Amino acid sequence: MSTPDPTKTINSPEATRESAPRFTKAKDGKRVDHAAAAKQFLDSPIHAKSHDERVWAMRTKRDKQAHAIEEWEELRDLASQIKTHTLTHLDEYLEQFADNAAANGVRVHWAADAADHNRIVHEIFNDHDVKKVIKSKSMLMEECGFRHYMEGVGIEIVETDLGERIQQLDNEDPSHVVVPSVHKMRSDVAKVFAETLGSDPDNDDAHYLAGRQRDATRPLILEADAGMTGANFAVAETGGFIVCTNEGNADLSANVPNLHVASIGIEKLVPRMEDMGVFIRLLSRSALGSPITQYTSHFRAPRAGGEMHIVLVDNGRSKRLGQEKFWSSLKCIRCGACMNTCPVFRRSGGLSYGATYTGPLGLILDPSFDAHRYSNLPFASTLNGSCTNVCPVKINIHEQIFEWRQVLAEDGHIPWAKKSALAAAGKVLADPKRYRAAIRTAQSALKHLPDWAVYSQLNAWGQVRDMPDVPDGGSFHDWYRKNRLHKTEAADTATHDSGDDS
Amino acid sequence: MQIGLFVPCFIDAFYPEVGIATLELLERFGCKVDYPFDQTCCGQPMVNAGCHPEAAATEQHFVNQFEKYDVIVAPSGSCVHQVRDNLTAIKQTDKVKHVRTNTYELVEYLHDVLKVDAFPWARFEHRVGYHDSCNTLRNLGHGQPSELHGKYFSKPRALLEKVAGLELVAPSRPDECCGFGGTFSVTEPEVSGQMGRDKIADHGRAGAEYIVSADTSCLMHQQGCAKRIGAPIRFMHIAEILNGAAA
Repeated sequence: MSTPDPTKTINSPEATRESAPRFTKAKDGKRVDHAAAAKQFLDSPIHAKSHDERVWAMRTKRDKQAHAIEEWEELRDLASQIKTHTLTHLDEYLEQFADNAAANGVRVHWAADAADHNRIVHEIFNDHDVKKVIKSKSMLMEECGFRHYMEGVGIEIVETDLGERIQQLDNEDPSHVVVPSVHKMRSDVAKVFAETLGSDPDNDDAHYLAGRQRDATRPLILEADAGMTGANFAVAETGGFIVCTNEGNADLSANVPNLHVASIGIEKLVPRMEDMGVFIRLLSRSALGSPITQYTSHFRAPRAGGEMHIVLVDNGRSKRLGQEKFWSSLKCIRCGACMNTCPVFRRSGGLSYGATYTGPLGLILDPSFDAHRYSNLPFASTLNGSCTNVCPVKINIHEQIFEWRQVLAEDGHIPWAKKSALAAAGKVLADPKRYRAAIRTAQSALKHLPDWAVYSQLNAWGQVRDMPDVPDGGSFHDWYRKNRLHKTEAADTATHDSGDDS
Repeated sequence: MQIGLFVPCFIDAFYPEVGIATLELLERFGCKVDYPFDQTCCGQPMVNAGCHPEAAATEQHFVNQFEKYDVIVAPSGSCVHQVRDNLTAIKQTDKVKHVRTNTYELVEYLHDVLKVDAFPWARFEHRVGYHDSCNTLRNLGHGQPSELHGKYFSKPRALLEKVAGLELVAPSRPDECCGFGGTFSVTEPEVSGQMGRDKIADHGRAGAEYIVSADTSCLMHQQGCAKRIGAPIRFMHIAEILNGAAA
């Protein structure tokens, strides 16, 4: 018997045999079909189970952290109030922030939309003859399709966040705002790295894989002409901004090259530095269930001889600020707690949403970018409400999902067949005679039809579960008429219906 | 004091024993209960799918049926949530407001209004896993959800603890959604089914012989999932146990 090689550890041979789930992307102009994509995810059961358990573990750790802080619910209240105040005075705080940043020696740019953002950054890069860029993780840049834009103009972008780098090398979008490759198992990462970085395909040890990525990426960091970061928070009174990471990769991206460009959504503003005392306590506890991120980096001014740019991006935010039912989604601090608690997200994977923002947050943000394309997403929820309860800034997420359903139905974005079926149901349910007839028909169909007719493709209920048994004694209505009606006053008032019932 | 009993459509059609248990239980506590014979539905199927105008006629019919009662009680958390919080497709007249503010789910009526302290007729010698439906837990306030920081309480468990012989067991994910979700159960059958199977398995690992809930719709879904995979676990509405049903 040979001695096992400690550097070669395939953690899960079954996972290696099971191919990672792949998703069919919706074509331009088509609706994202979340249900179909979710099925593709669940068709890789080992991956699906692992995903559910890993993401649930983050929710469990978050609970432990939250429950250890006596004033947790007060902190959530405070955070919500600070964000509400800021958003309702956003024009003033943005001006204050921009003025202070400029006074610190930072060049401030304003981008109305994604195209504007990409153009502005491209111009900055052109001015400095930039060809190679390192960046830390930024959902805003994902939203702007920044990396794809830059690839199109011949500028090389290297992701420095490990999870985001895995996704970049695999040519796949991030599936989660905090843990972008959480849907992948170690065996999948080993395969990606073997193909792209030349690592040993038979070694899926986490330390080994992280090491190979580090070896491959460090030289790129040292060679980069510019570094990009996002921001978790931007402080109006100082003109500075804060980036939270667990890998220190934002610090490398910002500090190694001479040129630092930060893309910041206009909703990231907070008024004062002391507000960080509230948000930093909430952010990582909500996200990963750790008290704080490994790195909480404050940036305020370019270093001597360097240059710093801030691009403040609207991209639909000021429009959303004017929407009575949906403006409070701008309070979001992108912690991902709503994803971790969401039972649908855990069982369908982030990529099934076919959008930048996934999970409950995605359901309320994505339709505001493209109502038709993302019109199925608000229906990818059981409305269980736990997302609202874990949200550190108290966004009423599940209520907004419910509201979006109404908006999409009113604006003609739900399929005609579904809407007409519900209109027909509404007519039956408003009419006692037709209602009683429908109940009898349903009971009789289940009693007399053969299983193959009941469990057809047309019956979505029957695809995954059995129908209830039909009670021997008939409906409650039948029982009441037989056993009780003569005893109550209802006998006098409701007899017009009884003739239909027998 | 006259109670109007609301028996939602799927209970009427498939689980008449739940309606009967609710009626008998309220009568055991001396309530005067009437079942308006021409009742249909609360409008939830349409509203849950975003189709409010399509629900208006049904909502109006519901109010017409129940406006004459002091209080309306139903053995279904999701329907009570619809009436109380989402019955908004019609003009909010005084009658509509009266119906909406006086509609109770059975557990809250027993626990908060009648303040029941004993069910001497009830005996259930089994291990029971209680299923908190999301609507009863988070929209009606049946208990403290596991994700919120605060003092633990659970109204349905407080009632079940008064039943002789009954042993409560707890799944590892105490209030994870079972995946029914109204129209979600048919628009997302694969995820819904996976959630249902996971929920049943979690209760099974905790040793539950019965899954008990205040929401029949969740039970109908879980029962359907259990039957499909041949899981031997059984299902019962809380009203049946509190009314003294034997296994």
